[in-house]
Order: sequence, then structure tokens, then C-alpha cells
Amino acid sequence: MKSVSAAKQRLAADLKREKERARDDTGIIHFDNVSKYYPGGHAGLSHVDLTLTTGEMAFLTGHSGAGKSTLLKLIGLLERPSSGQLRVLSRNLNRLGQRQTPWHRREIGMIFQDNRLLFDRNVFDNVALPLVIQGVGYREIGKRVRAALDKTGLLHKEKAAPVTLSGGEQQRVGIARAVVGRPPLILADEPTGNLDPQLSRDIMLLFEQFNQVGVSVLIASHDIELISTLDKRVLVLEQGRMVYDTVTEQRHA
Amino acid sequence: MHEPTSRPTRRSGPRDWLKRQARTALAALGRLAQAPLATLTTSAVIGITLALPLALHLFANDLERLGSDWNTGASLSLFIDPSVPDEGLPILRDRLLAMPGIDSVRTITRDEALAEFRQLSGFGEALKMLPENPLPAVLIAHPTHDAPVEQLATHLRHLAEVDEVQLDLAWLDRLRAISRLLERGVWVLGALLGLAVLLTIGNTIRLEIQNRGEEIRVSKLIGATDAFIRRPFLYTGLWYGLFGGVIAWWLLTVSLILIADPLEQLAGLYEYKLRFSALSLEEFGALLGISGLLGLLGAWLAVSRHLKEIEPG
Repeated sequence: MKSVSAAKQRLAADLKREKERARDDTGIIHFDNVSKYYPGGHAGLSHVDLTLTTGEMAFLTGHSGAGKSTLLKLIGLLERPSSGQLRVLSRNLNRLGQRQTPWHRREIGMIFQDNRLLFDRNVFDNVALPLVIQGVGYREIGKRVRAALDKTGLLHKEKAAPVTLSGGEQQRVGIARAVVGRPPLILADEPTGNLDPQLSRDIMLLFEQFNQVGVSVLIASHDIELISTLDKRVLVLEQGRMVYDTVTEQRHA
Repeated sequence: MHEPTSRPTRRSGPRDWLKRQARTALAALGRLAQAPLATLTTSAVIGITLALPLALHLFANDLERLGSDWNTGASLSLFIDPSVPDEGLPILRDRLLAMPGIDSVRTITRDEALAEFRQLSGFGEALKMLPENPLPAVLIAHPTHDAPVEQLATHLRHLAEVDEVQLDLAWLDRLRAISRLLERGVWVLGALLGLAVLLTIGNTIRLEIQNRGEEIRVSKLIGATDAFIRRPFLYTGLWYGLFGGVIAWWLLTVSLILIADPLEQLAGLYEYKLRFSALSLEEFGALLGISGLLGLLGAWLAVSRHLKEIEPG
């Protein structure tokens, strides 16, 4: 009898969660009046509202120190908001505990300016790391790593040491590592910061390809010239405030 | 691209769990094998630290066994007056056996005593030069378990045929006291050196954590759980402990071979076979169990202290 009522309770909880999920489905990222203050009172972000719909691709721009990195860190749970509501992937991050952080991060592909590859292992092992962490079987890892390397044009560099690769190639390894777990959301923090214009363009086109198959993409970049040629939504931060958004401006117009 | 099947699964079977553990254990072993000299040095330090209390433990065990053997077989040596002929010895023996409190009596005639002494002392040639046998006959009486040994000795001293009665109880008491002291010493020394092993492994793992800081940060960024990050370090500690245990066993075996000859001579002089030899299989298992546990514990202490310090961001 006990197990029956337990099963009923579980079912009810599942239904409730499904309902909440449906109600919460206001986008893959949803900032509602979010602020982040650092010790000493310095505001990383203040009163930011932002919704990124599922499958959307947007650029986040602004001077250094404007809050781009802070915004990305809040999404990846590297930092917690000081106030306001934050939902990512239909999860209320305000209520997500420390122990659930890893599972949240597994659904976000993160890319960094300095690529953050591990230089003591080859390209294959770098890209395989997220799958190893998720406990995926060896054969499956081989298949998926090669698929990710193929997409980023690095299949022939599988055995190479990262240190022997060019800056652009290293960044593509970082991207392969971010997408190998097939995350529904990609965050990139200045992914082209160290690259020349042609390589930067190639990298952005790569992100566009992922976006075309349904992945939501948010890229922080100060390369306005490059961004303006790509015809995507642009968000501008200034001193922690969202001062411009091409989508809402167009709506207001 | 984001179909539900791509959602990472939290639950997996015990078989997957075992597989993952085995894989991590082997990976940790491989990492240690990549720096054989450093691994050997650390393991040797642990091994030497463990070998010391282990050797003392074996020695104390032997001593205790020696004491307890004499306890059950405490004996009174009756040195017989030389005027008593060998033929008189069985009569005396029967009289002793008739006394309450005496369990058994062994007779050593003068000739037997001489032969035994010659064999054990190594003075064989010198003894041959003596005109006659200087040794008395001896009757060795084993008292029953609960007999009042001291009283018995006094009583036997009054017998006309008996020159002297020797009872080694005082020596036995001293031996037991030493054995108890040693046993306690093993525990104290063992605890101290166990702590040393713990700290050695903890420090080694701490350095390892620092060296792999970037790997830990990146792993956390892409969704590694604390358990996943902790696991390789725990296995590294376990391996260090096990290697240290094996080295301790090896050191002990080599040391025993080195002291085997003089030890045997000493044991022979005491008419006693010291077992003081290599560990039994159970003892070896216990050694590995303890050393492995110490390794695991040391790693756990280091990991729980230092892993939290390394956060991405």
C-alpha cells in the first residue's frame, strides 16, 4: 500500500514539474530584474531583463567591464545573482542547489577566450572530457568525439597535442569540446578575442551552423565590426545595464 | 540537437558504476606509472614508515608466545646430588610423580646432560679435555597447571638427593613485563607512524591537486560532480598506500634474511624456536588492508580540504 501511495505521489510531483516547466517555458534564458553586486558594492549587473528564445542566436557586446562575463557566469552558475529571478533551460536557478550545478552545466556548452584546453593530453582526449565526465561508454565516446571534430574541421588533428595547433585551431578544439555533449545552449565568452579577422569570421560562421540545427547561442564579443555583418540579435551592456537590444528596439520602432 | 535522449542520465546500473571505478583506478595507476621515480620515492617513504611498527609487532608477538609457552610449561629443574647413581633416578622420578602438583618429570642423566651441553654450547673440544663429567643429573618437573609452584620448590629443596632447585619465575615475570611494554609500544609507535603515513599521503595528494588545478577547474566548468573530481585522487592515495604496504613487507623480508643467522643462534641458545619469520598470508592481507586504508584516508583528508578551494570563475 505504501509503495502505491508513494508511486502516486511521485506521479503527482512529475505532473506538477511538467506543468511548471510548461509555464516556465518563457525562453531558454530568462532574466527578470537580475542584479549582481560584488563585495565592495561594485555592480556587475544591475536590473537586467532579458529573454533568449529557444533556438535563438544573439551577441552580447559592450566595453570590457560592462558585465558581459558576469551575465554569462550567472547563466553557467559560476556566480549567483544578488537579486532578481533567473531561469535557464526551464530551471529556476535561484532554487538550484550546489549539488545540481554539475547537471546544469552539462547542458551548456561553454567556450572561453583562452580556450582552456588541457595541454597534457591530445585533441581527442580534450574533446572527450565532457563525455568521460558523463560516464558515456568508450565506443560511444569515439563516435561522438569524431563527429564533433568533423564538424569543426579537425578530424585529422585527433592525435595532435594542443600546443602544436594554431590559435584558431585551438579555439575550434574548445568548440568541439563544448558541443560534443550535444547541449541545447552554447555560451561563448570572447571566442575570437585572440584571432585575426578572417579566423574570427570562420569561428562565428561555425556558431551559426550550430544555431541552424536548433542550438541556442549567446556570444559575448566586443568585435562590433564582425557582429554587424552577421545580422543577428545584438544586446549592448553598459556599466551593468542593458542599454540596447536590437529585438526590442525593432519592436518599439 | 537537443532531443531528450541527450539529457545526461544520472542513474546507471551497478555494472556501469563498477566499470567506471575500475577505469578510474587504472587511470590513476597509469598516471603514477608515468612518474615512476616520484611514485617509488613516496611509496618507499610510506613503506619504511610502516615497516618499523610492523617489525616491532612481530617481535612482540614472538616474545609473548615465548612467555605463554613457559607459562603452561613452567618447570622446576632439580639438580641431583652427584652421589646418586643413574639407577636411582627412576626411583626418585616415581617419588616425584607421586607428589601432588607434579604433572610430569623428565630425566636427564649426567651423560645426556653432557651431550646436550656439548652440542649447544660449542665447547665440545674443551669438554673432551676434562677428566670427568662435571655436570649433575637433572630432573625437570612440570607442575600441574594450578599448582603452587613456589611452595613446591621449597618442598623439593628439602629432599636429600636434591642439591638445588631452580625456578625461573622471576625471569618469566620480567619477560612478560617486557612483552607487555613492547605490545603497548607497538600501538603507540604504530599510531604515530600511521599518522606520519597519513600526512605523507595527504601532502602528496595536496601537491597533485595543485598541479592539476586547471584540469579540476575545467572539469567543474563542463559539469563534473565533486565525486568525479575526487575519485582519481582517492585512488591515487589508495595505490600509494598499497605500494607502501608491499614495500614494507619487502623491507621486512629482506631484513629478516639479513638477521636470520645470528637470530637462529640466539634462539638455539634459549632452546627455543623463534618463529620470527616472514608474514603469513593473513598478516600480509591485513598489512595491505591497513596501508590501503591509510592511503585512502590521507587522500580523503587532502581532497576534502583543498578541492573546495579550486573553483572555476
